[in-house]
Amino acid sequence: MKTFNYEAPSTIDQAITLMSENSGQVLLLAGGTDLLVQLRSSNQDIDLVMDVKGISELNQINYDEVSGLVIGAAAPCSQIYESVPVLENFPSIIDAATIIGGKAIQNRASFGGNLCNASPSGDAIGAMMSLGAMCSVVGLDGVRNIPIEQFCIAPGKNALASGEMLISIQIPPPRLNSGANYLRFTPRAEMDIAVAGVGASIELNSDLDRILSACIALVAVAPTPVLAAAASASLIGKKPIISAFEEAAGAAKESINPITDVRGSAAQRKHLIGVLTRRCLELAANRAGYVSCKGE
Amino acid sequence: MSKQLVVSSTINGEEVEFLTEPQQSLLECLRDTLGLTGSKEGCNDGNCGACSVLIDNRLVNACLVLGIEIDGKDVITVEGLANAHELHPVQEAFVLEDGLQCGYCTPGFVVATKALLDRNANPTEDEIRFWLAGNLCRCTGYDKIVRSVRLAAQLMNDSREEV
Repeated sequence: MKTFNYEAPSTIDQAITLMSENSGQVLLLAGGTDLLVQLRSSNQDIDLVMDVKGISELNQINYDEVSGLVIGAAAPCSQIYESVPVLENFPSIIDAATIIGGKAIQNRASFGGNLCNASPSGDAIGAMMSLGAMCSVVGLDGVRNIPIEQFCIAPGKNALASGEMLISIQIPPPRLNSGANYLRFTPRAEMDIAVAGVGASIELNSDLDRILSACIALVAVAPTPVLAAAASASLIGKKPIISAFEEAAGAAKESINPITDVRGSAAQRKHLIGVLTRRCLELAANRAGYVSCKGE
Repeated sequence: MSKQLVVSSTINGEEVEFLTEPQQSLLECLRDTLGLTGSKEGCNDGNCGACSVLIDNRLVNACLVLGIEIDGKDVITVEGLANAHELHPVQEAFVLEDGLQCGYCTPGFVVATKALLDRNANPTEDEIRFWLAGNLCRCTGYDKIVRSVRLAAQLMNDSREEV
């Protein structure tokens, strides 16, 4: 690994100042599970690695029934899936947090890091995207919020401007009669990277027999995780039954143009998006309270 | 040449102070600076688990942690499990059940198993296999390792009952 300077600020202000005073390249370290691997294989000169885990705002997970969930950008997966309010209210966040890496990775890898790393196959990104998450970003000019679907702009590239850092991710509180799920396909059940993934949330009416709203996010089938807007819209007003989910799955499949790479072919990815979208919607509807998705 | 940083931490119950350069991993510090060569370098990118250690009782891959990050932290490596006279029950169980062949991955499996059994005294086979998914062994085919973990759980539960 090439050498660099190291700082561990304890406040956001200190971190912003360090970034603004540094003319060279500054990289932020949270869990390091991507960063250290990248630094080892990189020839790039890095001026400063700034460990942000000492900043309290970045380590917190807070939930409020009105404002929703705030996940500090450096909070590791294990802290997320051990959090009682997350366990009680955000099952699809638990789905994603428990399938990233193995236990040793989950004790370090953060959702904020997954997001900033902007991998097309980011499981946490897909799960958060289908819940309408908002990214809270701070720089010299103050705080701004970026909708999560605008945060990743290309493989490995995010929307942060120079001198900006991600502080937290906000997820609105779950609506009444809503449910969400995250599913992915990997050749190995654990310690693997998605060939394709789907996050879905669904909101039912009070009789639990009509879909009021839905949001589907697709992972590892485009340069960034993407929303399947037409597929989501196709569900509104429908009964939460298999035929509706199959129609949405077809629309999701049509909306993508994936690549072939070492993990899977374009055709396999398209097929998987169809299967995973249908299953994910069924499971999300079950979590929303709809008892049987079979029949009709 | 970057400057050397001072790290103060507790390693295997002993207070330790050492120097590290910012880019040195915890694994390099343990092996090359502190002479704790029990933790092994397999893949050096977080896939194999041969460098598994505990930081503040949390299982991590030492190759994916910078040495400087353990300043003020409590680290346990495989060297910290046995006391002067006897093996840790996890180590004993791996010996009794032949949970190793070449042994390179074993320190990682032993540390990961301790982390599991400290949280879950009676894991099912599924729980054992999922917990150890981040540790690779190319010799045993894993069955003997799973049996070792089950025996370790039993030995640890027996010793608790005796006390």
